[in-house]
Amino acid sequence: MSGAASLQCMNLWKVYGANADLALRASDHGDAAATAAELRRQGLVVAVCDVSLAVEPGETFVIMGLSGSGKSTVVRCLSRLIEPTAGDIRFDGADLRSLGEAQLVELRRHRMGMVFQHFGLFPHMTVMQNVAYPLRVQGIPPAEREKRAAEMIDLVGLTGREASFPRELSGGMQQRVGIARSLAVKPGIWFLDEPFSALDPLIRRQMQDEFLRLQGVMKKTIVFITHDFLEALRLASRIAVMRDGQIVQVGTPSELVLRPADAYVAAFTRDVPRDKIVTAGAIMEPAGANLSAEFAVAASAVIETVIPLLVGRARPLAVLGEGDQIIGQISVERLLAALAQRT
Amino acid sequence: MALGLALAVLALQALGLGTLKPPAALVPVAAWITALTDWFTQHFRFIFRGITWLLTGPFTVMRWLFDHLSWPSVLVIGTALGYAARGRKLAAFCALALIYIVVAGYWHKTAVTLSMVAVAVPVSVAIGLFGGIAAWRWAGARRVIGPLLDLMQTVPTFAYLIPILVLFGIGPVVGMIASAIYAVPPMVHNVKLGLERIHPEIIESAKMSGSTGRQLLWWVMIPSAMRALLIGVNQTVMAGLSMVVIASMVGGVDDIGIDVFQSMKQAKFGESLLSGLVIALVAIIMDRVSRGFAERSLDPLARGPGRRFWLAVAGLVAGSQALALIVPALAQYPEDWVIHLAPALNRAMQWFTVAAFPVTSALKTWMVFVVLLPLKIGFVNSVRPAFWGFSMSPAVAVGYVALALALVVAAWRWGGLRSAFGAASAATLYFSGTTGVAWPAVAAFVVFIAYSAGGIRIAVLAALGLLFILATDSWTNAMISVQICLVGVTVAFLIGSALGIWAALDDRVSAVLAPICDTLQTMPIFVFLIPAVMVFLVGEFTALIAIVMYAIVPSIRYAEHGIRGVPPEITEAARMIGATRRQMLWQIQLPVAAPEIALGINQTIMMALAMVIVAALVGAQGLGSDVMVALSRADTGRGIVAGLCVALIAIIADRTLQAWASARKEALGLA
Repeated sequence: MSGAASLQCMNLWKVYGANADLALRASDHGDAAATAAELRRQGLVVAVCDVSLAVEPGETFVIMGLSGSGKSTVVRCLSRLIEPTAGDIRFDGADLRSLGEAQLVELRRHRMGMVFQHFGLFPHMTVMQNVAYPLRVQGIPPAEREKRAAEMIDLVGLTGREASFPRELSGGMQQRVGIARSLAVKPGIWFLDEPFSALDPLIRRQMQDEFLRLQGVMKKTIVFITHDFLEALRLASRIAVMRDGQIVQVGTPSELVLRPADAYVAAFTRDVPRDKIVTAGAIMEPAGANLSAEFAVAASAVIETVIPLLVGRARPLAVLGEGDQIIGQISVERLLAALAQRT
Repeated sequence: MALGLALAVLALQALGLGTLKPPAALVPVAAWITALTDWFTQHFRFIFRGITWLLTGPFTVMRWLFDHLSWPSVLVIGTALGYAARGRKLAAFCALALIYIVVAGYWHKTAVTLSMVAVAVPVSVAIGLFGGIAAWRWAGARRVIGPLLDLMQTVPTFAYLIPILVLFGIGPVVGMIASAIYAVPPMVHNVKLGLERIHPEIIESAKMSGSTGRQLLWWVMIPSAMRALLIGVNQTVMAGLSMVVIASMVGGVDDIGIDVFQSMKQAKFGESLLSGLVIALVAIIMDRVSRGFAERSLDPLARGPGRRFWLAVAGLVAGSQALALIVPALAQYPEDWVIHLAPALNRAMQWFTVAAFPVTSALKTWMVFVVLLPLKIGFVNSVRPAFWGFSMSPAVAVGYVALALALVVAAWRWGGLRSAFGAASAATLYFSGTTGVAWPAVAAFVVFIAYSAGGIRIAVLAALGLLFILATDSWTNAMISVQICLVGVTVAFLIGSALGIWAALDDRVSAVLAPICDTLQTMPIFVFLIPAVMVFLVGEFTALIAIVMYAIVPSIRYAEHGIRGVPPEITEAARMIGATRRQMLWQIQLPVAAPEIALGINQTIMMALAMVIVAALVGAQGLGSDVMVALSRADTGRGIVAGLCVALIAIIADRTLQAWASARKEALGLA
């Protein structure tokens, strides 16, 4: 029931229009961009174009793109709310696309959870009934499901509001209900489709913290959709940037900021406070001699924390890997170069 | 092109083709339909017997229940329902209305009507629910159900009755079946709309929770669409009541509808007004109560009164039932307690008719001779020295043509080709009348208008519709109906949109008009005949009055809605530029609101056509009287053909106007 799952998709396409699958097969000659252009000339709408990605167990994989970039379509293909036109999807190694309706229902009942931009709460049900709904469809008896739903409601901090209807709650609270509901079955993969986009900036920030807290506890495999680059940087293990249905770049936040693949990605990174995003591991150079574990920093630390350590020191700072062994070093020059870099 | 067509029409008329008679029935559609129904009746009698048997059972039970309800119980239940649906005000209204019904001695007849509605409505709600779900889910079903609904909503009510009468024979079943069928479309429509409007994320989240298709539908979608569903139920109840009342005229059931009909036939206007009032009150109660429950469902927090309240109601009812066993005056409202208002009402009515005679008669004469008659048989045939002061002569004709030409030229100057075309058409129409204009000219005109509004598809539809009317020998009757509709719609539209615009500009007017419109809209169509026939007696003018009263509401509503819907930035911009109120209205608000107002005409036309058939009861000729004759002779084919003709006229008008309005809205960027 629990256990973080892995999810891959290979050469995923979603084309809208009459006989889209035939048209795609006819014009697919290997070059995705050329194929998409040809399909668009025929009047078809190419929402997702040759997307391949692999989400590792326990990571937060963020798909970032502006509206119309196809990110929501991708997540709906991955959860099979939308049938892809072509491509492979593997969920824990199993072929997701070959599942029949009944198997799919079974999979969603136990292994998948999803949070929606506009919450998707059932207006005629109370908070308790909403959160317990995924358990109800499985035929779990009321006492049992209410007990489990109550745990989830507690987890998102809504204890005391069980009998409220969605209309009575603020946007932030409604999304907490959506989160509790999506976690009620303890899914292996958690899809979040722009979960915080409909919220006010302050509430959004709170909910992001809440999300980080929950993820710290649960360590789920997460596919998170957003149009907000800063949100992506804050939450992601890795980010895929999408544009016109295609993936432009996949990488960790540091990689994106330090080495944007093209001008489009670079435009997003321009105003990013690098010292808060880039990690020591991302800018380190090969370890030299005379490093000590006393004067060191973790590879995952952002360089904001590195700066005060290096001020006034001639010696490079050691960078420690997960097992506390030295895996590299940062010199003052290196640090300044990373901070000064402008694309 | 427009001018060419207008000239061609004028030329056709001038050449004497105006007398061109439409051909006799080319295709005996009516005979086919009659033969088919007869064959069906003979071979499948057991089906109809079965349905009759199925419906009679519940009907008998309902009647028994209502009959054994003591009148204090009726008052208690009605008032409690009003209170639960909407609170004190509605409770008071329900109580007063029911007291009137009981005291005036109409409860038993009302109970028969209610029993029929109570059986018919659940049937249509069930059919409508599944029809709506099917239409929402399968494109194939949608393709069948859409046109079917259009047809069901445009074929006039009386035309339904004929085949049902033939298949089921006289009795309460006719009313129940007719209303069960008639009341299905609003339910289907609302269910489909309600399901379509559910936020897609609600459906997606239900799917991601692992719902099966059935769980998704019944646990999530139907409850989410509950408001639309209940509004559908409300409309179904109203349609069902309306049809039950109409059907009772042929069904031979002793209910409130036949009471109105008979007293009207015997010119007992006081009586017909009193029983008409009963129908109106029942309609208002049903509408407000069902709508109240629909609105409460919107808000899960605003639950009605709790269990204690209902227990108290049950206690009161049980008490009054028990008491009624001992005191017979409680079980049945005693005959000599009934207050007879009719005689006094008749005297008042008589006084009013006499007092108002100069006004009403002048209005009627003027309308008939200046408008109705020329538009039907043509100015050329209706000029009488007694009214006009001259008779038809070549000199008069020349004068008419000269005047018409002057008008056309003036229209051209003022509004360009289109206005000139309109003026020429109007002049021709007035000269020859709807029945006098040669049918190829009318057909060309209609197809042309349809084409310029909606392109080739609408034009083909119009052509096919006209062909059906021609081929079934219904042309002349159709043109007579078109004439009275034309006048009715014009009058209703002019008065209605003027009122609507006034209401849009003045909130106080709006506050007065809104409840009047609400009430007019809940009245069963039949009720409108009563005041019209009381004041103006039987005749074409009376039919016109009934049409105007019935069809005016959408004109008011859409005009108000259209003007109020003009985006505020636009009016603010006009104000800042310095437009006066008058300039604002004529140059900004009306042009922007025109498409919406046109949709109001559309609704007005639909309602006018429905009334044209019913108004045959008070003297309208044309397709309506055709249906009535068919009804009295149980001539299925003739009735259905006439009904289909009305439906076709309605559909052609509807599609043309809709196409124009949506093209216009798009052009204005308001779509």
